[in-house]
Amino acid sequence: MTSNMGTIIDLFSYDFFANAFWASLFAAITCGIVGTYIVSRRIVFISGGITHASFGGIGIGYFLGLNPLLGAAVFAVFSGLGIQFFTQKGKLREDSSIAIWWSLGMAIGIIFIYLSPGYAPNLMSYLFGSILTVSTTEIWLMAALSALLIGFFALMYRVILYVAFDEEFAKTTGLPVNLINYLLISLIAITIVLNIRVVGIILIMSLLTLPQATANLFTNDFKRMMPLSVAFAFIGSLTGLLVSFFADIPSGASIIFTLVVLFGLMKWFVFLRKKWLKNGR
Amino acid sequence: MTKLVEIKNLNVSYDEERVLENVALTISRNDFLGVIGPNGGGKTTLIKALLGLVKPERGEIIFHIPATKIGYLPQINQIDKRFPIKVIDVVRSGKTEKHPFNLFRKNQEETTHAENLLQEMGVLHLRNKAIGELSGGQMQRVFLCRSLMNNPELLILDEPDTFVDNHFESELYEKLRELNKRMAIVLVSHDVGTISYYVKTIACVNTHLHYHPSNIISTTQLASYNCPLQIITHGPIPHTVLSLHENDEQHGHNH
Ligand SMILES: Nc1ncnc2c1ncn2[C@@H]1O[C@H](COP(=O)(O)OP(=O)(O)OP(=O)(O)O)[C@@H](O)[C@H]1O
Ligand SMILES: [Mg+2]
Repeated sequence: MTSNMGTIIDLFSYDFFANAFWASLFAAITCGIVGTYIVSRRIVFISGGITHASFGGIGIGYFLGLNPLLGAAVFAVFSGLGIQFFTQKGKLREDSSIAIWWSLGMAIGIIFIYLSPGYAPNLMSYLFGSILTVSTTEIWLMAALSALLIGFFALMYRVILYVAFDEEFAKTTGLPVNLINYLLISLIAITIVLNIRVVGIILIMSLLTLPQATANLFTNDFKRMMPLSVAFAFIGSLTGLLVSFFADIPSGASIIFTLVVLFGLMKWFVFLRKKWLKNGR
Repeated sequence: MTKLVEIKNLNVSYDEERVLENVALTISRNDFLGVIGPNGGGKTTLIKALLGLVKPERGEIIFHIPATKIGYLPQINQIDKRFPIKVIDVVRSGKTEKHPFNLFRKNQEETTHAENLLQEMGVLHLRNKAIGELSGGQMQRVFLCRSLMNNPELLILDEPDTFVDNHFESELYEKLRELNKRMAIVLVSHDVGTISYYVKTIACVNTHLHYHPSNIISTTQLASYNCPLQIITHGPIPHTVLSLHENDEQHGHNH
């Protein structure tokens, strides 16, 4: 145990591990906050659409020799705004609109990666995540996004809550519902893109929903769900990171697996507590 | 009579389907209008037009009061009951923010107002519960509180009697009658028999709108308005009122 603790502290002397530590902290903050909104509002499927659409941007990034995350950001934001636009106009069924962006993004991504000359380095890290290779620039971007999200959600808390709970009613009280929706969908898109490297396109939805499901076991209040989700996401991703390091397995999968185990443990804990309270009476 | 809202030649369609056709309606101060009609007849759509939530395909809606002076209680099936929000926050959401982006304002006054309304409806003890933990009737009371947060001049209620037991139903309608001294009310309901005891006038909506300038209506009249509804009598309606207009019906006594 002591030797393990020693090893963990030693790990911080490696740059890549320090980066991974900060990445899991900022992933927890951004995904914890944004995921609470996504889960409460039941727009998990929309977020899935945005995630997969961003793969198109990654492909084009490779093809043009740009940073793939830049392409991903452009695709994610545009698909998010597009889905929101068509949903709001009501001209297209929301699920059809999502499915179109979802598959279009994947198709464009595959085509352009195929067309790119030579081998696409790091492709796997976008698909499955690779927290140990997150760069310092990416860490700074994630830190900035964390600050932005904390500020935005703290200042706009009531407006966000009211619009998310009952959009039509919020319109009747004069709130700028469409503006809020567009802002939030853009923040969701950026959050997804900056977390792609942590757990990968395939698994990112879990980071946006599992900690929230765990938090939801303890509270039914939007305001409390946000910090609780952040806490569970952080515990899960840090533990997952250490497990991946010592067991030498891919970090993305390890983090998600840990989050599932955490959910199971907490569910069991809540169940036992309920039973105990009942018998105690 | 001061007019609050006027609807003229209104048509509303969803996709290709015409839901409201050539509808005219004026709502004035002190009105208490009961809106009845079959499922899918367009009652909710009419209300959403009154609130500016659906765009007319043709015709116009003239508002003589600010939009925020219209209180709204949506049909309960339009609300996500599992959303993580507390009762007190639901009620507070009814208040129009004068400066939506100025979030450092004092809100004690707003909370007190919300609590007073909850107290009035007898559900103050639920203030910190999540909305999903409430019974249907309790939920309706909370949404009624929310619709009153702006001290509206016109209150629009879409089937507030869904999930409500008989006891609270009459309590609710008595409450509305009292509120009607201060504000006009538009009440959508399926329960023609009961509401006709409380409302002053009736509108039958089934694509077309037939205005009935009295609270007494017979099955024959309903049929002629293309509004095939059963009048079921229960609650505190004096039977004399119904039997009176039941007389003009060929095959009366069907209840
Ligand atoms: N958003 C929508 N998109 C498409 N069609 C709709 C929409 N809302 C309502 N409709 C259709 O319009 C018609 C009228 O619906 P509306 O909800 O106004 O009826 P209603 O009189 O309120 O019925 P109920 O008594 O069941 O509440 C229905 O046929 C319904 O299917
Ligand atoms: Mg309706």
